[in-house]
Amino acid sequence: MNAIIVSTLLGVVMMFCSWITTSAKAQRNIGLVGMLILIVANLAQLKGWWVIDFDTKGMLAFNQIGLFANMTLFILTFLYLWINGEEIEKVGNNHTADYYAIFFFILCGVSVLTSFDNLLMLFIGIEILSIPLYILTGSDKKNLLSNEASLKYFLMGSFSTGILLLGITFIYGATGSFHLTMPVINPTTHMVTEHFLMSAGLILLFASMNFKVSAAPFHFWTPDVYDGAPTVFTSFMATIVKAAGFIAFIKVFETQRMALGFTWYIILSFVIVATLLIGNITAVFQRSVKRMLAYSSIAQAGFMLFALYGNSIFNTEAILLYIVAYSLATIGLFAVLVKMKDYSFESFNGLAKQHPVLAFLTTLFLFSLAGIPLTAGFFAKYYMLNALLTAGAGLWLLIVAILFAAVSVFYYFKLVQAMYFTPGTPAINEIDKKYEFKLWVLAVIILLLGVFPSLLFNYLYF
Amino acid sequence: MFLLLFLLIPIFAAIALLFIKKEQSVNLIAIGSGLLTLLGALHIILNKTGNYDASWLPILNSRFLLQADGLAKILILLTAISFPAIFIATSNNKTNQKNVFLSLMLLTQAGLMGVFLAGDALLFYFFWELALIPVYFLCSIWGGEKRIAVTFKFFIYTFLGSLFMLIGIILLYSNTADHSFLIESLKHANVSPAQSATAFALFFIAFAIKMPIFPLHTWQPDAYEQSPTAVTMVLSAVMVKMGLYGIIRWLMPLFPTAFLAHANMVVILSVIGILYASFIAIRQDDMKRLIAYSSIAHIGLMNAALFTHNQVGVQGALIQLFSHGVNVLGLWIIADIIEQQTGTRSMKALGGIAKKQPTLAILLVGFAFANIALPLTNAFVGEFLMFNSLFQFNPWIAAAAGVSVVLAAIYTLNMVQKVAYGEVSEATNLMTAPNKNAQAVLIVLLVIVFVTGVYPQPLFDVTADTLKQLFVK
Repeated sequence: MNAIIVSTLLGVVMMFCSWITTSAKAQRNIGLVGMLILIVANLAQLKGWWVIDFDTKGMLAFNQIGLFANMTLFILTFLYLWINGEEIEKVGNNHTADYYAIFFFILCGVSVLTSFDNLLMLFIGIEILSIPLYILTGSDKKNLLSNEASLKYFLMGSFSTGILLLGITFIYGATGSFHLTMPVINPTTHMVTEHFLMSAGLILLFASMNFKVSAAPFHFWTPDVYDGAPTVFTSFMATIVKAAGFIAFIKVFETQRMALGFTWYIILSFVIVATLLIGNITAVFQRSVKRMLAYSSIAQAGFMLFALYGNSIFNTEAILLYIVAYSLATIGLFAVLVKMKDYSFESFNGLAKQHPVLAFLTTLFLFSLAGIPLTAGFFAKYYMLNALLTAGAGLWLLIVAILFAAVSVFYYFKLVQAMYFTPGTPAINEIDKKYEFKLWVLAVIILLLGVFPSLLFNYLYF
Repeated sequence: MFLLLFLLIPIFAAIALLFIKKEQSVNLIAIGSGLLTLLGALHIILNKTGNYDASWLPILNSRFLLQADGLAKILILLTAISFPAIFIATSNNKTNQKNVFLSLMLLTQAGLMGVFLAGDALLFYFFWELALIPVYFLCSIWGGEKRIAVTFKFFIYTFLGSLFMLIGIILLYSNTADHSFLIESLKHANVSPAQSATAFALFFIAFAIKMPIFPLHTWQPDAYEQSPTAVTMVLSAVMVKMGLYGIIRWLMPLFPTAFLAHANMVVILSVIGILYASFIAIRQDDMKRLIAYSSIAHIGLMNAALFTHNQVGVQGALIQLFSHGVNVLGLWIIADIIEQQTGTRSMKALGGIAKKQPTLAILLVGFAFANIALPLTNAFVGEFLMFNSLFQFNPWIAAAAGVSVVLAAIYTLNMVQKVAYGEVSEATNLMTAPNKNAQAVLIVLLVIVFVTGVYPQPLFDVTADTLKQLFVK
């Protein structure tokens, strides 16, 4: 509860912040301090030091994993804001404080999504999360692409929310409750009693959640929206927002999937394979790095969907590590991209000669996404494959996964090739030492998790 | 604790090199660290050393375990000889950013050492990949004209292979009683015969790509041709041995049943590969490609011998691991000298080197004999044992593989004839004073060739314990 209330209050504070000061720098610092307060407030609940608590009639339930997920997402947001602060100002029109307010509202949605215990709260959480995102996407007001992306996102998003609501209604019709309950098990056959309305509702819910995490075949909005939105905000959407979507996705289907029986594995496998196929293969043919990253984020979602295959602790560990590894690397890559003058692969030519450090860091981020050992991405993939095998998935699914992992190397390394092996002058803006230092922090975390992934989990259990 | 030095020395030297620009000191540091490692290798061969065991990933129960048995020792020795030899032989070559080049080479060395020492499957996987990444950069930055595409093909091939191995590792690991990656635990993993056969296939793909075995060899000739020669030397002298090493260290003990069940198929594939590579080698004009194909043939023979699962054959392969490394290193160094001085690798354009540089020609003949495995050379010992085991396995297969010896004589002697003898050609006329460093290295290597050819007992002694582990129950 701490996180929900504190983030809302901080959002309101930021909204009126421009009355106190008009200096963008001051607003940025207030935002960062607010972020720290939010982290501390959530930590207080995690450790039980100080908890705001009142009866929500079972609408919200706070458990260790949800609070831990909050913790990781908040820290990732802090890193994101810390690195991208100046770029957020540049987007525009003296709205810095408003952007921070929007971020806090999104984080409020995130905290609802990590703690809901009732499908209505899921709906509210998703709406709190999505509406500010439509604004962020369209925040570059004079850019037509940004407007188009925002409108597209809004239309598609509302459509998928409609599907979500329909699904929830069906489930209510089947069970008479909005609560996430254990499916009814027939005492004689020990099988889950299949209920038509329930199955239909769950499948609609599944489709709508797939939309939120941009899994195929519900991914069509992703490339356009990611491409059209201002790059700094794409970075936020592709990481923290997507991660929150996944946590909600897993929370809904952890127990409910049993109601679908074996069908669940069929539709899930279909979605996973389709997502991996479309994401990876399309990414290979992209000319713009930003679009490549959009497709790569679809492809990575395919990998993250593996966490839905089972419901043991392995899956939770795997998805948390995957989220962290993927987000760190993606935030890093977008932070580099934001400094480029144009987003084509050619503009990276010869970067290694001019900015060896920056090229090295970019390579590290790409390695992590590709899952090369010594980076967090390797262990993320390792944990995911391990969880998949423990959940009893067929070997063919693992082989599909690694085949596409190999394809992903293809497009990630295209950037490495441009930076290191193709001569040219990179089209890049000035980068100061301070910015490099911030990226180094990301890189060090990635390397640390690549050698000791247990650093993350120590906090999950203790 | 001592074994840790094999990783630390190259890594520290590699880091130090990044901060030094002066060419002379760069060479000195690389060669110094190489020689230091060589001393260490000699030390572990002559003395007993304990394992290095530390906790690494408690949450997965993976250990940082380094251990050196006969198999590891012989490959450590090969790696430790190859690197300083390459550094010395190529010290006069012009290379842009030589410090970075050598630094990456040393990182490769550390990765290779790790592969040969690791006693924990996850650690093995780590080093397996780490050995690959510096090579990717080395080949793509300093390689030939088509380097980027070719290296990429090589990288994706091996990366995919290692991912297959990763699934195999996870499959076994999730079925171990104590959830551990140690060889002993994986050996007793509770898997059904079908699962064991699958895991065998997953591991085998990784090793087969690395060696490479027909029909997975397509990356190799291009990669060897396009890489800078120093890297080609590493690739063919040491890196391909990773695949054979993996078979002896992991496949043989972990999947005894599946290993025997697939023996026929693998041996036949290997023999097809041997003949195929030999025939192609005959038609080559480029020295580098010729040596590359010849290397595929030799590795195929070693693999076939391993899969006969016969003590004699495995003993032969263990010795040949070392001998082939030394021989092919010698041939590459000669090819490099010739290319550096004449600017061409085409055998048509060369000729008459014996008249310009008699010493080099003599050395070439020496290594050519070793490549054909004539008696008195080191390769003879290993190949004799390996053919022996193949004959026991199936005489017809042995006969087919035996043809490769004749073919080896044809393409090797043909190369010697075209390159070293005949009229002095235009290109050969460009040859200047002999490269003293490289020739010194070659002489040392040639001494090793003949000493181990006449008196191979020390090699038998070193590898005795591996053989005992594999065959004495």
